[in-house]
Amino acid sequence: MSGEESVIEAEGAVPTTADEGAAAGGESVGDSPLRREDARALRGETTYTDDFGQEAAALAFVRSPHAHAEVAGIDTEAAEAIDGVVAVYTWGDLAESDAPMRLPVRTGPLDCEVPGHPVLAADRVRYDGQPVAAVVAKDRYVAADGVEAVEVEYDPLPVETDPEAAASEDAPTLFEDAPDNVAAVGELGDREATDRAFAAAEEVVSVELENNRLIPSALEPRAALAEHDRTEGFTVTMTSQSPHGHRRKLSHTLGVPERQIRVISPDVGGGFGHKGHHHPGEAMAAWAARELGESVKWTATRSANYREGAHGRDHRTTAELALDADGRFRGLRVDTHAGIGGYALGGGGAMPGWYGRLLASQYEIPAIYCRSRCVFTTTAPVHSYRGAGRPEAIYVTERLVDVAAEELGADPVELRRRNFLDPDGFPHETAVGATYDSGNYEPTLESAVDAVSGLPRGGERDDDGRLRGVGIASYVESTGGGFESGVVRVHPDGGVTVSAGTHDHGQGHGTIYAQIVADEHPVAPEEIEVVEGDTDKIPTGTGTFGSRSTVVGGNAVAESAQEVFGKAREIAAHELDADPGAVETTDSGFRVADGAGEGSDAGDQRVSFAEVADRAYGRGLPEGLSPGLEATTFYELDNTAYTFGTHAVAVAVDPETGEYEVERYVAVDDCGVRVNPRIVEGQVHGGVAQGLGQARSERATYGADGALAASTMLDYALPRASDLPDIETRAQETPSPDNELGVKGIGEGGTVAAPPALVNAVVDAVPGVDHLDMPVTAERVRTAIED
Amino acid sequence: MFPPQFDYERPDSLDAALDALADEDAVPLAGGHDLVPMLKARERTPGTVVDLGGLAALRGVERVVADGTERLSIGALTTDAALLDADPAGVDALLDATSEVGDAQIRNRGTVGGNLAAAHPASDIPAATLAAGATLHLVGPDGDRTVPAGEFATGDHETVCTDDELVTRVSVPLDPDAGGAYARKTHPSTGYAAVGVAARLRVVDGAVADPRVAAVGLLDVPTRLPAVEGALVGVDAGSPVDAVAGAAERATEGIDGAVREDHVVSAGQRCAVLPEYTERAVSAALARAVGREGVVA
Ligand SMILES: Cc1cc2nc3c(=O)[nH]c(=O)nc-3n(C[C@H](O)[C@H](O)[C@H](O)COP(=O)(O)OP(=O)(O)OC[C@H]3O[C@@H](n4cnc5c(N)ncnc54)[C@H](O)[C@@H]3O)c2cc1C
Repeated sequence: MSGEESVIEAEGAVPTTADEGAAAGGESVGDSPLRREDARALRGETTYTDDFGQEAAALAFVRSPHAHAEVAGIDTEAAEAIDGVVAVYTWGDLAESDAPMRLPVRTGPLDCEVPGHPVLAADRVRYDGQPVAAVVAKDRYVAADGVEAVEVEYDPLPVETDPEAAASEDAPTLFEDAPDNVAAVGELGDREATDRAFAAAEEVVSVELENNRLIPSALEPRAALAEHDRTEGFTVTMTSQSPHGHRRKLSHTLGVPERQIRVISPDVGGGFGHKGHHHPGEAMAAWAARELGESVKWTATRSANYREGAHGRDHRTTAELALDADGRFRGLRVDTHAGIGGYALGGGGAMPGWYGRLLASQYEIPAIYCRSRCVFTTTAPVHSYRGAGRPEAIYVTERLVDVAAEELGADPVELRRRNFLDPDGFPHETAVGATYDSGNYEPTLESAVDAVSGLPRGGERDDDGRLRGVGIASYVESTGGGFESGVVRVHPDGGVTVSAGTHDHGQGHGTIYAQIVADEHPVAPEEIEVVEGDTDKIPTGTGTFGSRSTVVGGNAVAESAQEVFGKAREIAAHELDADPGAVETTDSGFRVADGAGEGSDAGDQRVSFAEVADRAYGRGLPEGLSPGLEATTFYELDNTAYTFGTHAVAVAVDPETGEYEVERYVAVDDCGVRVNPRIVEGQVHGGVAQGLGQARSERATYGADGALAASTMLDYALPRASDLPDIETRAQETPSPDNELGVKGIGEGGTVAAPPALVNAVVDAVPGVDHLDMPVTAERVRTAIED
Repeated sequence: MFPPQFDYERPDSLDAALDALADEDAVPLAGGHDLVPMLKARERTPGTVVDLGGLAALRGVERVVADGTERLSIGALTTDAALLDADPAGVDALLDATSEVGDAQIRNRGTVGGNLAAAHPASDIPAATLAAGATLHLVGPDGDRTVPAGEFATGDHETVCTDDELVTRVSVPLDPDAGGAYARKTHPSTGYAAVGVAARLRVVDGAVADPRVAAVGLLDVPTRLPAVEGALVGVDAGSPVDAVAGAAERATEGIDGAVREDHVVSAGQRCAVLPEYTERAVSAALARAVGREGVVA
């Protein structure tokens, strides 16, 4: 596929309309067949981890009610005496075993030596809800009785849950080797060049903001069912977005080779990042299963899931933008404290490599410097949560641009347009070292702006007395990092099984991988089986997160498909006694192209794909071809693919109550070639819903005592369907020049664009206010108006 | 999320139910949508759960005439959905409030009596029963008694109903001339009311008469809004907009008790939105009353 951008219409993006049904054979990429996953899920035919192992013993944790404390003593006697309690474990039991039983510290550079997260607290707890003891019982009711009967004595220590405060002098220290609680300092960009840009600037604007801590709220909480067999090793059925990743982490925590661990990830009810992270539950269940010689199952309750994390975001940032007299961006300086929780566990979100690299957004900014401090706080560990660093980065830049427009009296649209990267300038390397593969920003901006043109804004009051505001946010997002495995296996009867190291938990991989493999090949998508989620069945892969599956998983299976069907064509040519170049693909096999074969009936010379498959495993293969018809690809991009777009929001604010309504939401996204436009639309909807949740209501608030105040769904303001506006989607397709399919990821774009777009809109509506922190609650709006 | 062991009984008569409840450690179960979450969280650990589901006599809605006034008698075990299906006239605010409760699944199981007996400070139905001047009928080992709606709840999940008593029904005075309505601000996390306001009033000779306005979500118990009621008396029903808004502005005046607060919605925000929802409830009640003025003159 060429690198030339192909905007759907000359004027720019067009409203998305999903085409019905699959094409009859031939091309299938670009169609929107219904997702094959949905009927099962809607009928309740899916099987989640907790549906397995009904006879297994139940594992439950005693969790610390203190955010920071010494564990002075644990009395398990009363719990052990309960009829039906099988065993009660504490750190002492784990330490005596030959398993490390500490969840490994995050990969990536740390400036201190800190221990991993002990599966059960060793001597100290560092967040509310940290597991202190484990009870295994005949069922979960008795396990809960056991948990209640365990007596733990704590010596409470001071707490600090705010990352900025935790890095200050008088904050309590969590780890000796990090006396100031700073786990790592990351720097990106050129500090001196940036200082020079600021010194020479005509205008400097700044903003201080919080990127609110969030709790991933997948419908299905985490769970693990562990079995151990002396010869086979461990089988862990669990809620994993990354089965091979979890196998690796379990190998580390349990101290056994990866080959002795099989991770099965069955149907999973949503991931959003936290199911890619290693939690105590699966490690403890596996350890206990080996210890007891029986199956052990752990299923988190909602509040356990909430209190244990992993949470997302939690940044405190000061950012400045330098502009010249023409309103061109000259420099960007960003200083961030990122809370990482009580242990150095999570990846993504906080690490400068993920976060700072996106700070240039869609703009030409010659000098950027970003310093981020990863700070221990007495809170649940933070990990990548849908967007993982990109929402944090784009929020900084897109708020700053609006602040600049306000202060300069410029039109925010015009200011963006003036600073956009030149569409002819790709690939483009930013001042923070990201190389954007392709882009064409202005048409997506124009399309979004056009959709809201003519709407009242700038605090205009309508007849209903409400203040109107319009906000936009432009974004880029980096998608498709890391390698992925993709296998296409043709069975002797012509059946096709595709597998990949990614994991579907709502994304629709079964549908799109089948479309990709069927595209221009002699099999229909509906006939292709897609398998994921079992480390014994699938070559080592990476998993699903970071908007990566279609990009790397899709290209991996595409490459395997090319190889398999290329070989099939050779076999077919041999069968048809024709030159491979003269053989063309039909819906279900091959034939000699018209005019290419002997005589006038060449087109009637056909061989079915099933016959070809049969030949592949039988006798009579052409010389030089070995038996078999399958291929495995390990695919990796040199660079990630950069999705982009602009979202526009119109709001109406009631000045008395601060309540506001989103009257219009328009998402214009360009994720390159859309394999299945309907699925793209669904991903945008879901991402926007989550982004609006962050922007409007969600916050993982900790109380002054360090306990998670938002520890249940009654206390954590997750948006409901009725809280969401209509989301209009429009698409543009600028293919990525770096991968065969021309695709880019779209799983997270909505979470990136929605928060700044919404905040920009509300700030526009409220006169005299230059910033509102998220979540933009009615109370924050009201008090801002009153002040 | 997993309650400790408890016994379960399902009596089939009121007497048998009262017998079962005589056991100190027993609690009644109606729709279970308040009680069961508490059992699961081990916030309540009864020895016996007495399921009232077998008491058919406590289910149903009927019009009765008592002491010369017409009343609607609602059996305690009537589900929210059944009340809405019955769609009785003369209890606008109660129907509005009931339709705001949770969602369809919750209304299919939750009962009117359970909603009142639970005495959740943000439940919707108690606002309407207070505004309507309803009466709760209780029965216990020592016989029957009645309690005015305004005296039933004594605190967050606390009522005058003793452990061995049951609410059998609630009776709501019917006034075909009156108009009622309920409006609420839904709490962003709990889904209950952050504040909910029920209003009931009449229009006599073109002016507002006998207004009763009650709020939930605001204090630990449902409360009348005395300043609003006072300001509404005599308001010209022909052009009420400014007067209603003015009355609603006074919503927090004269209320007695600490305004509720949590980390999602502060006391200040509840007070700030109260006038808006008061105005909505009163305006809607008034519009309905205007339509009915003199129907039964
Ligand atoms: C997800 C969810 C959302 C909800 N949203 C709302 C909402 O928006 N608004 C709202 O108002 N409510 C809401 N509720 C509460 C719901 O309406 C409850 O069902 C109701 O408040 C309690 O009624 P119940 O019949 O379920 O009673 P139960 O839970 O069975 O009982 C509640 C309490 O009252 C006692 N009790 C029950 N019946 C009697 C009786 N006849 N006599 C004496 N004591 C009795 C019980 O012992 C218990 O203590 C929600 C509940 C859930 C689970």
